[in-house]
Order: sequence, then structure tokens, then C-alpha cells
Amino acid sequence: MTFEITLSDEVLALSARRSYIELNARARALQLLDDGTFHELLGPFDRVESPWLPMQGIVTQSDDGCVVAKGKIDGQPAVVIAMEGKFQGGSIGEVCGMKMAEAFRLARLDNEKGIPTRAVLSLESGGVRLQEANMGELVIAEIYAEMVALRKHTPLIVVITGPTGCFGGMSLAAGLASYVVMTRQARLSMNGPEVIELEAGKDEFVAADKPFVWSVNGGAQRFATDFADVLLEDDADAVTQAVTELFRKGQPAQLRTDKYELFIKRLKFLDPAKQWVAEDIRNAWKAVAK
Amino acid sequence: MTDPLNNRGRKWFEALTGSDGKVEGNPGSLMVAEATLGGEKAVFVGVAPDANARFPRTGHTEVGLEEGWYGTKNLRAVIEADKNGPKRPIITVCDSKSQAYGRREELFGIHVAAAAIIAAYADARAAGHPVIALIVGRCVSGSFLALAGQASRMIAFDDPEVLIHAMYKDAAARITKRSVAELDKLGETIVPMAYDIGSFNKLGGLHKLLKIADPDTPAPASLEQVKATLIEAIADARKSPRNLDARLESDGAKAFRKASLKVRQMMTEQWAAC
Repeated sequence: MTFEITLSDEVLALSARRSYIELNARARALQLLDDGTFHELLGPFDRVESPWLPMQGIVTQSDDGCVVAKGKIDGQPAVVIAMEGKFQGGSIGEVCGMKMAEAFRLARLDNEKGIPTRAVLSLESGGVRLQEANMGELVIAEIYAEMVALRKHTPLIVVITGPTGCFGGMSLAAGLASYVVMTRQARLSMNGPEVIELEAGKDEFVAADKPFVWSVNGGAQRFATDFADVLLEDDADAVTQAVTELFRKGQPAQLRTDKYELFIKRLKFLDPAKQWVAEDIRNAWKAVAK
Repeated sequence: MTDPLNNRGRKWFEALTGSDGKVEGNPGSLMVAEATLGGEKAVFVGVAPDANARFPRTGHTEVGLEEGWYGTKNLRAVIEADKNGPKRPIITVCDSKSQAYGRREELFGIHVAAAAIIAAYADARAAGHPVIALIVGRCVSGSFLALAGQASRMIAFDDPEVLIHAMYKDAAARITKRSVAELDKLGETIVPMAYDIGSFNKLGGLHKLLKIADPDTPAPASLEQVKATLIEAIADARKSPRNLDARLESDGAKAFRKASLKVRQMMTEQWAAC
């Protein structure tokens, strides 16, 4: 006796979907680059690892948690930098940070030579690696310098899908991006919930209250308030498609970091004497449009 | 006890410019003034304590939303004004405890406010403005990245109260599940983890570590010493590429950033080969 199971189209589509969140950094870079074009730079076999972690009895990873791959996107030269959230929380140390800064620098040099190389940064990061503290601060400043230089030549796209999310120094990298792509699962904010609660108390922030945390820094809120340009389901092919479409669109009319007049207008509109909820920001954005 | 509203940053800003830095329309925490330095006009920028701060999580020299966005607006105005002429040096006087930690800040996207002022400093440098960070006090975490990180040259006072770091010691201890004593111990052997400015200087990021007779008092002789150092740094920046390579090419980097240099060399080779 056999049973016949009929699945709706919706269920079939879901089961055919491949998760981006579940991909590791290398698989994400492969996913974003055109088939057969992936060429990893300073890969695991080069064994350039953190010199600072072994001194503290911490196991290193041979790519230091950052995969840089050169290849093509939509047939055009591209570089993808993917952070691995599972290694040291995607934290930025000397080697992985320098790999990122160099990828941007080399892409910019190619652009200056007339090779229009685009860049995607797939982020999972808790911020600076405290075990390499000041080295991380210096390297992150160098990453920003190269991002600001590169985005004059080509759109620079940041992808944040989770599970780690994007915090600390790398949240500012997302701030510098031409475009930000997020999922609902992803979070983007400068200070981590635990740190805010620690510094400012539970009246200010309740780190254990997940719905509250996501209402502040989750992908849906970030998209609704224009801190993200695209909101996606967790679908690897959809991420690739979104990135491709953003590159086809070209440079944004105005970079987020150039919108100081608009943000100052919004700052004046909101009353800082009262505590805010996510809805206040959505309303302010509607009230102070352009 | 020193007056928290009259901190080092404010004292040195006022001594260098002869102004309190208040500009119509700017928040009280932002100091911006033009002053003569070495026979030319220079723009000085700083974040000051502000007893009347609008945002409850700021006012103690934090870099918050207003500091980021208004700072950006002021810097963009300088870049625009000098677009077709000589580029005034920009001196960022740094004494800022950190970024602001708050709910309003995160909801409003402090990550973009901070990114915006970083981009403004970086664009100013790339446009030919010598950007000199004068670090007279604390410059920790987000305030380092926002106010000093993009400078063509960084100068710090050689003083125990000067602090550049990723995170304050007590918080770093909690997050890394170590004791403060363990952190101190690690700092003795792992240079980037140390909290003293001498250790930071070893990494090659600073143009100069400056010993000042009394860092809390800008006495005339000290003021002249600081001005002379700024003038020298401006000249040095003007004859160098408009990037941050001076840090990586320093003797400090050769000794302590061997891994950074190796990454640069190998990535450059491998990039060219594919």
C-alpha cells in the first residue's frame, strides 16, 4: 500500500530554497561569484594566521575567519570578502582585518587602472577582536579608509544575513556601504545589546528580550527605516540576485553618509527627552521625508 | 579635582584657537573654530562635555548622533569651501570617552552617524586637507574610530591619562571572561592588548608621542611645543600620499605588524596572478 503526498507549490518552493545563513564564509563567496570564477586569495593553505591568539592559548584558524575571493559577478570583475561568524564571533583581528583592507585597496587600484572591479562584503561580526584590541582598531580604521576610497569608483555592497549579525566596528562598515542587503534574521547595530544594558541599565535596553532587540536592530526595522536597501528571505540565490541587481543599478543617488541634512532634520523632529520605540523612528522617517 | 566640563580636550581646544568653538546651529558638545597655525588658517574640531546635551546618553564627551551628524556637516562645509583653493589643515582635538551607548542611538542608526564623520575625515584627507589628530585624553573604541582613525597623522600626549583602546578594561574583562589582573598580565606580553599609550605607540600608528610638562594645563611653553609639533606634522602630511600608509610603513609596524605587511605583500602578488 502506498501513500501519495501532495505538496503545495509554496512548500515545494521552500524545500527547494537553499539557506544563505547556513553557508560558511567560503560557501558564501562561492555563492556570490559567477560559477567557475572563484579564486581565493590568501587561502587556508597559505597559513597566514593570527600571531596574537596562540600567545593566549587560543586556537587559530588558517584563514583567520575571513575569506577573500576574486572572480566575477554578472560577468564583471569582482571581489567578495566573507567573514566567518563561527570563528571568534567574526571579530576583526590583524590578519582578517588586513585581508579585508587589502581586498578593497587592490580593487580600487584596479578601478584606477580602468578595470571596473566591484566589491561585496558579507558580514558576520561582533566587532573588534578584543584579544588583538588596538591592532584591530588600527586595521579597522584602514578598512574604512579603503572603503571610502573604493566607493567612489563602484558600488560597495554589504550583505548581513545572520546568525551572528553585524556589530561594533563592522556596523560602521555597513554604514559606509553604497547598499546594505539584510534578512529578517539579521541584526545591525553599533553597540551590542549586552553592552548597552551593561552601560546604561535595563530601562535603556533589555538584552534578553529578543523581540525588543530585533525591533531595534533587526532587518525588518532597518529596511523600514532605510538603513538597509533590500530585505530578503534566507535564500542563497535571492542574495546573489539582489547583489547582481544592485550592481546593475549602479551608484545610489546619494550615499547614506552624505545625508547629513536629512538626518539632522530628523534629529530635530524627534524628542530625545522621552524614550523611543521602533515605531517612533518609522513615523519620524515618514514625517521628515527628504 | 578637575572640572568635568572643563576637560583637557576643551582646554587645549581653547588654548589652540582662542575660541570656545561654539557655532550657531551646532550642538553644545561640538567645538569648531578656525585659527592661525604656522602662518596659515587651520580648522580645529573637537567634542566637548555638554551639561545641556539633548540626548541623555551623551554630554560627557561621547560621540553620539548629534556629534556624528553635525560634525559631518561642519567638515563637509570645510571641504566644499576649500574645493578650488588651498586646503586648510584640519586638527581633530581628541578627548572623548567613547561612542554613546543607548536605545535612541541604535534606533536612529548611530552606526551611520559615526560612519558619516569617518567618511568626512577620510574625504577631507583624500582631497588634500592634512588631517591631524591631537589625542590629549581618552580616545576609546568608537571615539577613536570616529575622531582620530582617519587622520593623516596622529599625535598623542605621553601621559597615563591618555588612552587609546578598543574597550575599557572592566568591560573587556567581562566580555572576554578574564579578570582585570589577567588582562594586565596579558598586556605585558601582548602589545596590542596593553592599555598604556607607550604600548600603543609601538604599533606604529602614531606620528609622535609628545611629552608635555603638564597635560592638564596648556602653559605657554607647552602650547608652543604642541603648535610646533602640529606644524611639522602638517608639513609631513602634505608631502606624503593622502592615505594611511605612513602607519604601515613605520618602524613600529615593521616590528609589530609583520603579519599586516605579510598580508599586503602576499595579497598583492596573488591578486596580480589571477
